[in-house]
Amino acid sequence: MSEYLYYPGCSMDSSGRSYRDSLEAVTAPLGITLREIDDWNCCGATEYLGLSRLPAYALIARNLALAEQARNGTNTLVAPCSACFLNLSKTNHAMAEDAAFGAQVNDALAAGDLHYDPDSLRIRHLLDVVVREVGLETVRSRVTRPLRGLKLAPYLGCMVPRPDYDGRWSDPEHPSELDRLLAALGAEVVDYPLKTECCGGHMTQIGPSTAFSMIRRLVDAAERAGADMMVTICPMCQMNIDAFQGEMNAHFHTSHRMPIVFFTQVMGLAFGMAPEAVGFGRELVDARPALARISDEPVPEAEPARVRRPGRPKGPALPMPQMPEAGEVTR
Amino acid sequence: MVLAESTNHAIADPGRVFLEEVIARTGPSCRLDMCIQCGTCGGSCPSADDMDHTPRTLFAMIRAGMREQVLRSNTPWMCVSCYLCTVRCPQDVRITDVMYTLKNMAVASHAYPDSTAPDFSRAFIRNVETFGRSFEVGLTAQHYLRHYLTRLPSMAPMGISMLRSGRMGLTPPRRIRGMRGLKRILARAKALEAAS
Ligand code: SF4
Ligand code: SF4
Repeated sequence: MSEYLYYPGCSMDSSGRSYRDSLEAVTAPLGITLREIDDWNCCGATEYLGLSRLPAYALIARNLALAEQARNGTNTLVAPCSACFLNLSKTNHAMAEDAAFGAQVNDALAAGDLHYDPDSLRIRHLLDVVVREVGLETVRSRVTRPLRGLKLAPYLGCMVPRPDYDGRWSDPEHPSELDRLLAALGAEVVDYPLKTECCGGHMTQIGPSTAFSMIRRLVDAAERAGADMMVTICPMCQMNIDAFQGEMNAHFHTSHRMPIVFFTQVMGLAFGMAPEAVGFGRELVDARPALARISDEPVPEAEPARVRRPGRPKGPALPMPQMPEAGEVTR
Repeated sequence: MVLAESTNHAIADPGRVFLEEVIARTGPSCRLDMCIQCGTCGGSCPSADDMDHTPRTLFAMIRAGMREQVLRSNTPWMCVSCYLCTVRCPQDVRITDVMYTLKNMAVASHAYPDSTAPDFSRAFIRNVETFGRSFEVGLTAQHYLRHYLTRLPSMAPMGISMLRSGRMGLTPPRRIRGMRGLKRILARAKALEAAS
């Protein structure tokens, strides 16, 4: 059992309930223990940074200071939410990179009798821990019900692979980690080029038409790729694409119905857990009907799809340009 | 004479002054002065269509000292912090962080005319400063009543489903135990920021 410090973040108790339920269900089979930091506070999402810099960083750094106190043998702090992960990592990085700024943040923390030594913690997103610390071999060995026949679109959203302060991800725009994890669960992973495009973030609240265009693109691309559902690693992405899909449809007069669930939920499913035990059914666009596609029979290797090339146009072809014969050139 | 005049001009160059202020507030490693106006940022930005100036244009305006127009621009407020521009910029300009700084400056100087976005941020932070945690229902209700009354009917079914599926609670979060300490930390941070 490896133990990690754990910062859940606010959404795990509300809109991200299915993330929390499924995460709690899969930690034991994965062989990890998450020790929640006592009395953590909200990270301020993307809101506080937009209002004032130092208070925003001080708010986040209080959590780092509490985690540092709780280290006791482990110095890895895990966050399941993308915005929380990025904020914690951003603050650690800013304090380490600019010592004067780090001192200012610590000056503020001292008012609450706290202190954080930059770089004393390693801050990682949950997916990173599952793929690189637990490892895909272990994940594969826990699978009792492979998700054969289920087509999944891997969707990471923007804030985990970018800006990637610690250089952990395979690519800032097209990382392969989530694809590989879903494949290890036996699912069919569709090619989803928008995997790190933004879900609209807080735009659903402050600029809905901007957000709706982004949500529409993502959902439409997943549909075209033939996905039964999207799989995400971020509560904000899940919330925007799931809960605002109806309003987006009303806005564009479309009728998309693309379910989106958390990677921990499909992991639990592949580990043999009941769908409801890992939070299925809480999503507004119900993902359960698609689960009927999971087949107990091995899916035969699909023949590589024939790519249809545009044929020759019917009728006489246009005459080919010809080089003039010698002597034919007229002036 | 000519030389003295041009030197004077360089010192008072409003573009230089504004640029340096933005850099100082973002942190010296933001490299905004290294921008070569290539336009990769605007071409990559998912919100560019809704911005009144692309990030590249905005950076040119900063250099030109167009303070008023820059701080009134909706560009930083349309930024969704996706960091795509930041990882693509050939000059490693920390564009997303510059956007945050421009929001800070617009809020401080009350320059940005549309209050929807700053109000949302303020309401969010008010909850955090009260409970130490965010409070989705309280925030959404408060924000929609103020800015999106007409959106409420189309939102109602979603709200009801969220409540029914247990993904939204009507009661505010429990206050964190260290609330007093957190308040002192934030007060100190605000004081330090005001002094710098
Ligand atoms: S991508 Fe970088 S260098 Fe190019 S215009 Fe934008 S900020 Fe300037
Ligand atoms: S971080 Fe902001 S400015 Fe940069 S591409 Fe994303 S939305 Fe556009």
